[in-house]
Amino acid sequence: MTATLAPLDVQKIRQDFPSLVTPFHGKPLIYLDSAVSSLTPLAVVERLTRYQSFEHTNVHRGVSTLSQEATDRYEEAREKVRAFINARSTRQIIWTRGTTESINLVAQTYGRQMIHEGDEILLSAMEHHSDIVPWQLLAQERGAKIRVIPMNDAGELILDGLEDLITDRTRIIGVTHVSNVLGTINPVKEIIARAHAKGVPVLVDGAQAVPHLKVDVTDLDADFYVFSGHKLSGPTGIGVLYGRQSLLESMPPWHGGGSMILSVTWEGTTFAAIPGKFEAGTPPIAQAIGLGAAIDYVSALGLDRIAAHEHDLLAYATGRLKAIPGLRIIGEAREKASVISFVLDGIHPHDIGSILDHDGIVVRAGHHCAQPVMTRFGIPATTRASFAFFNTRADVDALVSGILKVQEIFQ
Amino acid sequence: MSDPRELYQQVIIEHNKKPRNFGDLEACTHHAHGLNPLCGDDIVLKLIVKDGIVEDIRFQGHGCAISKASSSLMTVNVKGKPLADAQVLVDQFREMIRGTLDTAKDPNVLGRLSLFQGVRDLPSRVKCAVLPWATLHSALHGEETISTE
Repeated sequence: MTATLAPLDVQKIRQDFPSLVTPFHGKPLIYLDSAVSSLTPLAVVERLTRYQSFEHTNVHRGVSTLSQEATDRYEEAREKVRAFINARSTRQIIWTRGTTESINLVAQTYGRQMIHEGDEILLSAMEHHSDIVPWQLLAQERGAKIRVIPMNDAGELILDGLEDLITDRTRIIGVTHVSNVLGTINPVKEIIARAHAKGVPVLVDGAQAVPHLKVDVTDLDADFYVFSGHKLSGPTGIGVLYGRQSLLESMPPWHGGGSMILSVTWEGTTFAAIPGKFEAGTPPIAQAIGLGAAIDYVSALGLDRIAAHEHDLLAYATGRLKAIPGLRIIGEAREKASVISFVLDGIHPHDIGSILDHDGIVVRAGHHCAQPVMTRFGIPATTRASFAFFNTRADVDALVSGILKVQEIFQ
Repeated sequence: MSDPRELYQQVIIEHNKKPRNFGDLEACTHHAHGLNPLCGDDIVLKLIVKDGIVEDIRFQGHGCAISKASSSLMTVNVKGKPLADAQVLVDQFREMIRGTLDTAKDPNVLGRLSLFQGVRDLPSRVKCAVLPWATLHSALHGEETISTE
């Protein structure tokens, strides 16, 4: 399939990112940290500027033309998200501040409604802290229990025993679509089907998936699918909670305030229909419109072409890194996105990160907000390089030279 | 900093590889646990203080070369010293990192510990160098756990 795709014009794409074509502290910036946050293309920056300069006022308020047009742009962005993940209705697209807030929303509404003493929450062994801590807080409050789907040494979930892990007390399953540490692409469609066979809903953390894969929430049959704008070439402060309509309608509201009501009296409040019910207060309007522009940008490049380019980089980088003596890749799943974690014998990731940084190479060093993954592999931290559509094989070569230099310093 | 080699000098690399006074101390009189939660550096420091003198000091844990070498050199510098002198070193080391003490002007202060002056140019690594010293300060003042956050 990929053979028929026209390759990305990466040199042209790089012109869309000022930081990639402007010296940073006197050196070219080699950005291998898109998994922490993607760079923002000019099209998104310009859209934010235009909105904030000429189009801004509050939305869903007042009768002015300015307010109506701001509302239209804001709701158009919701439609862009709907189409991007193939949801049935824009009513299923709820704006949040990001993945973390989306998961907290589900834990504090669906979770508080459904999870009681002795109930179980089933999470995968490779979840980010944002899909662990909200559930731990709830479990502690309710006297519920967290169980874990294990993984093998390659960094793949072990699904043989899934039906045994899903008990009649399991109320929700949380699983990441793509691991932020290991790069593993989990078979979420299969997991969802098997969970549904036992009547349990599934929340999918898509933060690391949407920049790399075409996501179809209807085909996946996901109950909740969450992601952040800033990992998808969009602004910070905006994220998405997609939910099954019947679930969203039966869930209680979370934050109270303006916009989420139909009417308020001293006797009580009637809540708005979804998505408004979960969107109290003035929303991040510019950020939502900016995310819409980011989706336009990524869609114009084409996720198929992005995936093909990143897959080539992943294969090339994996081969070159594995050839370095003393380097071990953490996470060698058969299905991977363009994220590579590695450790070097006798050299701590923070030292690697600092020395690479000196050459303008930006990587992430640390536990990646996934300490249970570090514990599983018996390491305190890793160095992680993540590749986006604007990266090149020359970036990989620079990374390899940088690592060799680190080893030379530590000889 | 013009080159990371300025910080990652041979002494630091060597102490990282072969840290001095690394291990456990049974029957310690003072101890503390230091943590850099953001990066995961983790050090357990134990001392035996007798008649106001640091008779023995050892550390355990894991961290980057800077935190490990800083721990190792700290133990070497503190061992056998009166408590008051150890406290002076803690204060001077912190002042050097903060930039209020310039070891170039006064080379007799801190001695080889002045190697760590270079971390001032790497703000993200300051905590790594300071962690063992903050942990020593806690141990001497009876605080069991410290966090740099």
